[in-house]
Amino acid sequence: MTQGRTHVSQDEDQRETRIVDVPHGREPIPDAPAETVFRLDDVHVYYGKFLALRGVNLDIGKNEITAFIGPSGCGKSTLIRCLNRMNDLIPGAKVEGKIDYHGQDLYGDAVDPVEVRRRIGMVFQKPNPFPKPIYDNIAFGPKVIGMQPKSMDELVEQSLRGAALWDEVKDKLKQNALSLSGGQQQRLCIARAIAVSPDVILMDEPCSALDPVSTGRIEDLMEELKRDYTIVIVTHNMQQAARVSDRTAFFTAEAAEGSGDRTGLLVEYDRTDSIFTSPVDKRTEDYVTGRFG
Amino acid sequence: MSIAKRSSRTGERVVVGALFACAVLSIAVTVGIVAVLVVDAVAFFRESSLFDFLTGTVWAPGQGSGEGGLYGVLPLINGTLMIGVGAIVVGLPLGVLTAIYLSEYASARIRGLLKPTLEILAGIPTVIVGYFALQFVTPSLLRPIFGEDQVFVFNAAAGSIAVGLMILPIIASISEDAMRSVPASLREAAFGLGSTKRQVSLRVVVPAALSGIAASVILAFSRAVGETMAVTIAAGNSPKMTLNYFTSIQTLTASIAQTVSGEASAGTVRYNALFALGLTLFAITLVMNLISARIVRRFRQVYS
Amino acid sequence: MTASASAEALAPSRLRRGATRSGARIFVDAAFSVLLFVGTIVGVVALATLLWTIVDDGWARLMADPAAFLSNYVSRLPARAGIKAALIGSAYLMVLTTLFCFPVGVGAAIYLEEFAPRNRVTNFVETNISNLAGVPSVVYGLLGLGIFARFLRMGPSLLAGALTLAVMSLPVIIVAAREAIRAVPESIRLGAYALGATKWQTVRRQVLPAALPGTLTGTILALSRAIGETAPLLVIGLPIVIFSLPNDLRDPVSALPLLIFDWTSRPQPAFAEAAAAASIVLLALLLAMNAVAIYLRNRYTIRW
Repeated sequence: MTQGRTHVSQDEDQRETRIVDVPHGREPIPDAPAETVFRLDDVHVYYGKFLALRGVNLDIGKNEITAFIGPSGCGKSTLIRCLNRMNDLIPGAKVEGKIDYHGQDLYGDAVDPVEVRRRIGMVFQKPNPFPKPIYDNIAFGPKVIGMQPKSMDELVEQSLRGAALWDEVKDKLKQNALSLSGGQQQRLCIARAIAVSPDVILMDEPCSALDPVSTGRIEDLMEELKRDYTIVIVTHNMQQAARVSDRTAFFTAEAAEGSGDRTGLLVEYDRTDSIFTSPVDKRTEDYVTGRFG
Repeated sequence: MSIAKRSSRTGERVVVGALFACAVLSIAVTVGIVAVLVVDAVAFFRESSLFDFLTGTVWAPGQGSGEGGLYGVLPLINGTLMIGVGAIVVGLPLGVLTAIYLSEYASARIRGLLKPTLEILAGIPTVIVGYFALQFVTPSLLRPIFGEDQVFVFNAAAGSIAVGLMILPIIASISEDAMRSVPASLREAAFGLGSTKRQVSLRVVVPAALSGIAASVILAFSRAVGETMAVTIAAGNSPKMTLNYFTSIQTLTASIAQTVSGEASAGTVRYNALFALGLTLFAITLVMNLISARIVRRFRQVYS
Repeated sequence: MTASASAEALAPSRLRRGATRSGARIFVDAAFSVLLFVGTIVGVVALATLLWTIVDDGWARLMADPAAFLSNYVSRLPARAGIKAALIGSAYLMVLTTLFCFPVGVGAAIYLEEFAPRNRVTNFVETNISNLAGVPSVVYGLLGLGIFARFLRMGPSLLAGALTLAVMSLPVIIVAAREAIRAVPESIRLGAYALGATKWQTVRRQVLPAALPGTLTGTILALSRAIGETAPLLVIGLPIVIFSLPNDLRDPVSALPLLIFDWTSRPQPAFAEAAAAASIVLLALLLAMNAVAIYLRNRYTIRW
């Protein structure tokens, strides 16, 4: 049983979040998500004529960490990029089926991808801070989306604290972000993402370019972040998925009959402990026990 | 949590429209060039026959408005080609040798010194190169070697040397790029068979980079054809049909420069002749640039 | 190490020099190396000789009374002639040219790199721009004469001169700006989009600032080329003999390379000295501009 979680205020119109330090433990999670953020219904993704991903059905739960795992080339990154419409930027990319975000069709005609990305943030595999001072990196997002906070300095501090980076950089906010180490840069990118008060944070292999110590710190961070945000993470590292995530989706890639191209598909999606201790599908079992992939 | 489309972002659309206008302005420039050349050249050809223009061997606009002058372009083409070929004779061997040296032989330190030197050479204003040709190349180089009475004060050889020096960096730099893009595996194969550096350079690298070298030569020739000031200063202003490099000649470009220097009032034959010359020049250089670009595109495909 | 050097280090010819290379071969190899070196050195020596000629001819004249040389107008007497009108004229031209072609050039580059769809129109615009880069400067002069000076009735003025030089420099700036923009990694743009920034917000606040050093460097280099150009200004008809500085965009203006051309073309040796002295000033100006460009590039270019 966990200690009491402090209520976290997330005021809709003021967009203020407060992250409070409270000791926590692993809460047991229900079989199905209590509140759904994303509902994917028979989603197929094409790059031109090539079918990259087929028939994905899953629900992503609010304030949970959902991991996408599987061997390379099975469409995990493709899928996560569809969730914030970053895939739109790839010429020839097309999504079929339905992706619902809080009940609204993410790909509806009246939907603005820019608005989507304000609410669904992303952290990339290789840290990509802007070649500007640390302060400006954080302030960029709020400025361009028209946030107009009462105090930008406070917002920057809050965001850096939320990414567990404040103590390390508080005296050098004017320094160029590129002078930070890899792990610090990635935490800066996380801080940058949370500065715009998103609803969801997508992470595409956020630790694969980092050393184990930095990786550990970011994994601890994720545990805190999920209190205020919904997190979806793509990872190549099974153990990482087992450590941090609440739910895990296992993907694999299979070639269609006759053709050499391999198409990704969702094999199994369940609570993380179930996936790793008692997987239903044999392919899942082979993967998590290390027999392949 | 609405993710509906916000304001139509008109501000952004206006900005992108302005940027588009900037890009399209370049088309306006081309249209302007072609229009101005064609319109006035056509006016010229109404007064003076196109056939005489293309086949006449005397270019003598005469005085005043230029009516009754002779407008055969062949001596000017002759002069232009002499300079073009002469410049290539100077620039091609030097440029290719420099390119081979930079690509296959030189150490990083020497490259670091040589490449900026070439860029400096390319950046010298053409009037100054012309001065150099007139004040040094002719009196201190050509005349001592070939004799005072053989070599005129203004001569095509000095002009060729001047322009040759100007196009050397073009040939050297593009050829060097072409040679550097030859895959290392080709060289390694030859070395592995016991070839020396000379053999690898001449038998493997240069042939493989040939299309790049050819493109650079065509581009350099085009540049030589379009060069005005150095030839006007050094090679003189006497249009004639000749193959003697030690006498003065006149190129297409020098003729344009000369005509404007002597008050040509708008609308006269003399004035319109300028544009006929300009049109000829434009056509020649455009064709050569297109050919060169084609070759460059094809050689890039081969190795990318 | 060059590609050849690393491959050659492993070649057997290194190991058994005598066995695989006959005496004749060794001689040829050595002779070739010498030839390469000579070929390369000729270009360097030519540049050195050119600079030496200019300095040798003009230094005394310049140093005799530098203040007078810089502040006198032209004169029939070479001893009293000065470059004031020409130097100031070139400065005005440079500033005005930049004002015209920098915004348009950078705007076009932004559009082509960030906003233009991949279609036939875009390809046409791009091909057009590369063709414009190869048009001889004298043809740009004809454009200036026909359209700016005559058709738009600007006459041989500061405005016409600057517009002509701007149009001529446009393709070069577009190419330089595009390269600088392209050098900004895609990950930066993706990071901005992922935060909910629009395309223009991303370009304006992240891409452009990062591309600015490279763009500025390219612009300064393009302008330094424009400042040394004589032909376009000659064709428009900018004066050489002028005793006042321009007060208005429509006033006539002179330029340094024009003056150098005029003095070089005169027979009196004293004018040749004056031409050389003026050339020193021009080269010094170019050197300063290039030094600024290189400083900017080294200090402010982001190493990703």
